[in-house]
This record gives sequence, structure tokens and C-alpha cells, in this order.
Amino acid sequence: MKTTLITVAGLLFGTAALADGHTPVLTVYAPDYFGSEWGPGPSIEAAFEERCDCDLQYQTGDLLPRLLLEGTRTEADVAIGFNSDITKRARDSGLFAPHGLDLSPLTLPIDWDDDTFLPFNYGHTAFIYDNTKLDGFDSFEALLNAPDDVRIVIQDPRSSISGLALVLWVQAVYGDEAEAAWLRFAPKIVTVTQGWSESYGLFTDGEADVVLSYTTSPAYHIIAEEDLTKSAAIFDEGHYFMVELAAKLATTDQPELADEFMAFILTEDFQTMIPTTNWSFPAALPMDQWPEGFQDLPMPETVLFYTEDEAAALRDRAIEAWRSALSQ
Amino acid sequence: MAQRVVAIIAALVVAGLVTGPVTAVVWRGGGFTALSAADLSALRFTVWQASWSALISVGLAVPVASALARRSFWGRSALISVMGAPFILPVIVAILGLLSVFGGNGFVNLVLEPLGVPKLDIYGAHGVILAHVFFNLPLAVRLILQGWLSIPSERFRVAASLNAPVFWLLEWPMLRRIAPGAFAVIFVICIGSFAVALTLGGGPRATTVELAIYQAFKFDFDLSKAASLAVVQLCLGLGAGLIALLLARGDMLGAGFDRVVQRWDGSKMLDATWIGLATLFLLAPLMAIFIAGLSGLADLQNGIWGAAMRSLLTSLGAVVLTMALALPLVTKAGEAASLLGLSVSGLVLGTGMFLIVQPYVRPSSVALPVTMMVNVLMALPFVLRILRPSVESARGDFGRLGRSLGLRGWALWRIVYLPRLRRPMGFAAGLTGALAMGDLGVITLFSRPGEGTLPMAMYQLMGAYQMEAAYGAALLLVGLSLGLFWAFDKGGRGHAVV
Repeated sequence: MKTTLITVAGLLFGTAALADGHTPVLTVYAPDYFGSEWGPGPSIEAAFEERCDCDLQYQTGDLLPRLLLEGTRTEADVAIGFNSDITKRARDSGLFAPHGLDLSPLTLPIDWDDDTFLPFNYGHTAFIYDNTKLDGFDSFEALLNAPDDVRIVIQDPRSSISGLALVLWVQAVYGDEAEAAWLRFAPKIVTVTQGWSESYGLFTDGEADVVLSYTTSPAYHIIAEEDLTKSAAIFDEGHYFMVELAAKLATTDQPELADEFMAFILTEDFQTMIPTTNWSFPAALPMDQWPEGFQDLPMPETVLFYTEDEAAALRDRAIEAWRSALSQ
Repeated sequence: MAQRVVAIIAALVVAGLVTGPVTAVVWRGGGFTALSAADLSALRFTVWQASWSALISVGLAVPVASALARRSFWGRSALISVMGAPFILPVIVAILGLLSVFGGNGFVNLVLEPLGVPKLDIYGAHGVILAHVFFNLPLAVRLILQGWLSIPSERFRVAASLNAPVFWLLEWPMLRRIAPGAFAVIFVICIGSFAVALTLGGGPRATTVELAIYQAFKFDFDLSKAASLAVVQLCLGLGAGLIALLLARGDMLGAGFDRVVQRWDGSKMLDATWIGLATLFLLAPLMAIFIAGLSGLADLQNGIWGAAMRSLLTSLGAVVLTMALALPLVTKAGEAASLLGLSVSGLVLGTGMFLIVQPYVRPSSVALPVTMMVNVLMALPFVLRILRPSVESARGDFGRLGRSLGLRGWALWRIVYLPRLRRPMGFAAGLTGALAMGDLGVITLFSRPGEGTLPMAMYQLMGAYQMEAAYGAALLLVGLSLGLFWAFDKGGRGHAVV
């Protein structure tokens, strides 16, 4: 009975840090998907612990809101999983310290010289379709000109980071004409979902023909399911660039370990784990070292990207163009 | 006297658990913010859809419950249990289930297409209401069915022998007593709707207050805005609760011998039609979920069992706590206070609790207890709504007799009230357990890997492209929720007919 109670208590209240007091603990804040057993977290943890003689512990949840709530009292040493469209807010908080790393190993399609936020993987927004049912679209114009019975599902820019990337993408392609573009787009949009998962579920269930996702999405179907029917439509106008970032907390009580982890991000060990655990492109790995399914993915020729200042300035306008067109 | 003290303490606990976290968020946000034009239109849409959803749910529940109360047939009790399932489904699962029936390539359109009927388009305000009715019709049916079963069988016998109008004499007073409360609870649930409204509403036209809160919190980190909107939500919920309490009049129908009800009125055909339609509407999407999940069960990995175990324990804990808080609160004021917990935004509640515990403990180490507390707060209004009519009847019918026999305190409860409350308590406990099981809730705000709940695991699987396995997890979740619900509900029913 007693042991049951202890087990129950353990399950309910969580098994607090098992570290024996000698092993230093590196606390890494990450989004929920990252730390879950189906995400990249566990293999990264195992690989880092092998080289650091430390205990890496994730705390998962909404990264930025949580860090802003905790402020300087945060226990986090490193935070991983920021998106570049919201880093302005993060930077302005003053919670983060420069990483001090040489950025030459980066293999991003854009120049990156941020001294605080370090990219670990990237992708581009893209519309995914079933290539046995549709011919695909070679430009945003072609998609907007598609018949209205093509059913498209997207994410809400007010609740989803990929939804936000889409409105910035439309803004980048159409500029002042963004609202007019959204008006042409609207009849094809079956619905807007809270997050990416709901949209992708609707797509795989056949409720939508086209879904807003990433250029890397087909890789999952090719590698994990040997399913070649999902393709990303590559647009002439270019694709919006989405990069995920990590940063060291200024308040860390394990500065050496945090630096070591930040440096680890750029290593081959870390980078080779990214493609098939996070289903995105590694940020610092030459293409010839990518897994097979990734090397063959069609890549956009033009990459569209707003810096965090531009994104912050354009955000409200881009969301309003979307909202007003889709509300009509 | 002692009972009063316990009641006051329980009410203070509930009020504190809601107002404390909200105050923490307001304080941290530095006060309130004026609402924008977009917020006001979200508010209008929220109230509009919640009113219609609640009205239609209750309106449809009356004939269905009436039919179920009149008829007895093989499998009736199992049907009543399973029909309750939509209420406890995780939102995303319910949406996918509904779409496999009513969606563009759904079952309904597959049938309609060869007939040349234009395609049914689910997306729009009607889709939002349809989904909310799907979620809440089961609750409304059960609440109203309980009202029917509280009418003593002797009354029906007398009415039948006198050829008196059963509806106006017996059923209408009962409905006047029960229906406003059912409306209020469902209205408050629909006020908090977010993902359902957005997905089935087809886009930003269907923006609710909860989405505005989400945006304020996650993207703008504007706690003041989030708190202001949460307070507006609270007021809406409380307002609905108070109006319902004022409207809920109607006489008690007196005591009976607790005999099985036999009925001689009503049209068999009509009753069968209502039961059939409701069953089809509620069970077809469930069947779709079942079929989609079956193949995914094999894809589930070992980690899922830990998550299932944590979910089960959390929901059992929530049942015990909810019942302990509910019994002293079974009063008009208690029920109104409990609506606070349901109408406040879960996100704001969770954030507030985070702010409160953070200086003392690592928030992730209390993720499950906090989730449990939030589930208790959310379940209380349902539990009180279920218990109160029965407690009042028992009090009105047997209270004086009991007291005159010298029964008081615990003895009065044990001998007189509890046996009469067994059925509603079983139902209430089952509902609490199942609700807690399916709640994704605040745990996503602060947790540690390997300590998540089953709904969380399901979302993680979806996020990792593993849709099949996610459907498997959903099926497991629905199975466990229903099992828990059935076990409590059955235990409460004992040998009774419902």
C-alpha cells in the first residue's frame, strides 16, 4: 500500500531532479514538440550528456511567454526553439547573452550574423499537395488563379507561427496588394485552424487538397512512410524562410555548460540528428551530408525573409490584410 | 452550524482559486486595457454563438430526453452512456470525427452527391453551432433526463388513470426548474470555445474572446489585455448563471416510493425517431474516430502507457476533490460561484497559478496537481448542476421527516440524502473523471518531457507527423474516458433503470 502511494505521489508530483548533487544540471527550455519523445529532444540530450558529464533537463511549454513571466528568476540556462519572427520581443527583454560563436559553419540560404540567437534548423513555408490528384502550382499567382474548388487549409496568424509566416509571405510577395491577393485567395480557403497539427490532420484526412506547411514536409512521408505522393509546390516568387533559434540566458548559473551546449548545436553530431527527428533542414551541415530523402527535396530558388525589426513592423498590417479579406 | 461553516469554506476555496490567479495576472499585467473594436466584435460573436448553441442543445435535448424517459428497450442504458461520449472528447478529435461525417468528403456528402443534391458546406457559423450541439447535446439530454426521472412514478400513474395532460401537469414544471440551468452551463462552456469556433467557423469571422486572449498572451505577451478579456468572460459567465438562477422556478413534485416509472403516454414512433436521430448524430462521428484509431493503436509506443497512467491518476484525483468540494456547495449561491471556474479562461487561470507558485516551487514539478485543480474548477458547475435538483428534492421531501426523527448532520446525509443522490453522484463523478481525462488544458504551459498526459501525447504525435498513431492515442483516450465514466455512472445507478 505504502509503495503504491509513493508511486502515485511520484507520478503525480514528478520525480524531482535525480541528479546526485555532483553532476551539474543544464536546464534547457524548449517547445513541447521539441522535448517530446517523438521530437528531437531525447536524442540531442543523449548525445550531449555523452560529451559533457552533465545532466541535461528539458522544461517544455510556451517558450517566450514563460521566459517573460519568469524574468531574471528563470532557471533556464539555454532556451531552444525560438522563431525569428518573434525574437525582437525576446531580445528586447534583455534576458539573453551573446553566444560568442564563430558562425562560419552555418549553411543557411541567407546571411546570418546574429550574436545572440543561433540557428539550429530551418525550412520554408510551402503549400503541400497530393501529386496524384493535383498538378501542383509553380507560383503564388498560379495558386491564387486555381479554380475555387481547390480546397486549401491554412493556420491562423494570431495563434500559430506558421500562420504568421504565411501572412508575412503574402506581404513579401504582394506588398500593398496583399489584401487584394487575400481576397482572391479567400474562396479557396476551406478553413483556418489554430495550429499546424489541426491543418495537417485535415489534409491527411482528405478534408483539404492543399495545406500550408513546410518545404520539408514531404521528407517525412518519403522517409518514414515511403509515400511519394506528397509534394511541396515551389513558387517562382520565392518562399518565406523560417528558422529556429537557440539562445543562452544571461542569468545562467552554468555558463560553461551553456556555452558548451551552444557550441554543440553547430557540430555535425547535433546537425545530423535534425533532419529525421525535427523534419527540417539542418542549419550547419553541407547538403551532401543530408539524408537521402532530404537531398532530393526541391528547394526554392528565392528565399524571402524579414528581419525581426521588419517582421515586427509589418506584423499588424499583414494580419489585418488577412483578417479583413477573409472576413468578407 | 458546522455544515454552514464547511459550505462557506468550500465557497471561499473555489472563489479564491479563481480570483487569485486572475488577480495575479492583472497585477503582473499592470491593470486593465480598453478593448479594441476587433475585441468587441469577437465578444459579439462569442455571445451570439454561445446563445444559439445552448438554446439548440437544450431544445433538442427535451424531446430526446422525453423519449428516453418514456421508453425502455434493450441496450438503453449502454446507449445513454455512449451517447455522453462527445462531451468528453478532446476538441481536435471531435472536429476530425465531425468532419468525417459532415466535411467536404464526409459521409453525408458521399451520400448526397449521387443524388444530385448540392454539397453540404459545414464551414461557417452553422458549423460552429453544429459542433457545439454535438458536444453539448449529450450533457443537456442527461441533465433533463435526470429531471424526468426525478418525477415520482406515482404521479404518472395518477395522471394516466385520470387521463390528465402529463406534459403541462408534470413535465413542464420540471422543465422550468431544470432547463434554465442546463442552458446556462452550456452557454458558459461555449463562451470559452476557441479551436472549434475557428476551425468550423471557417476563419477570422468566427473569432471568439478566447482566441483574443490566446493571441494577447502568446504573441503580444500583453497580460493586461489577456486579463481584461478574461474578466469580460467571467462577467458573461456569471451573468448567465444569475439569470438562469432567477428563471429557474417551478414546483417540486413531491416524494414518491422510488418505484420504476411506467408510462402510458406518447407516440412510440415519434420517440423512436428522436432516439434514432440523436443516436445517429452523436455516434456516427464516434464511429469514424473508432475506425481511424484502430489501425493507429499498433503504432503506439511504450511511452504512451505512462501518459495514460498519469491521466488516469490525475482524473481520479480530480473526482475525489470535486466531490469533496461539491457536497457542501450544493446551494443556489454555491452553483453561481462555481460558474466562475468554468467561465474563466483556462489560459489565464493557468498563467495566474504559474505566477503564484513560481516564487516557491519549480512550476513544472506541480504541473499535474495544477492541472488537476483546474479540472476540479471546470467540473464543479456540472457536478453542482447535476446534484442540486436531487438534493433539493430530497431536502424538500424528506428533510422535515428526517429532522423530526432526530436525524441530523452526517446521519441525515447517510440515511436520507446519500441513497437518493447515488445516481446523480455516480453520473457527476463519471463526468468529472472523463472531462479531466480529455483535458489538454494548462499542462501545456509548464511541464517536463516524460510527464505529460495522454491528450498531450496525442498532440505531440500529431506535431511529429504521426497522425495514425495520434488517432490511436485518441481512441485510447476515448476508451479510457468512457470506461471511467461508465464505471462511476454504473456504480451510481446500481440496479436502477437509468
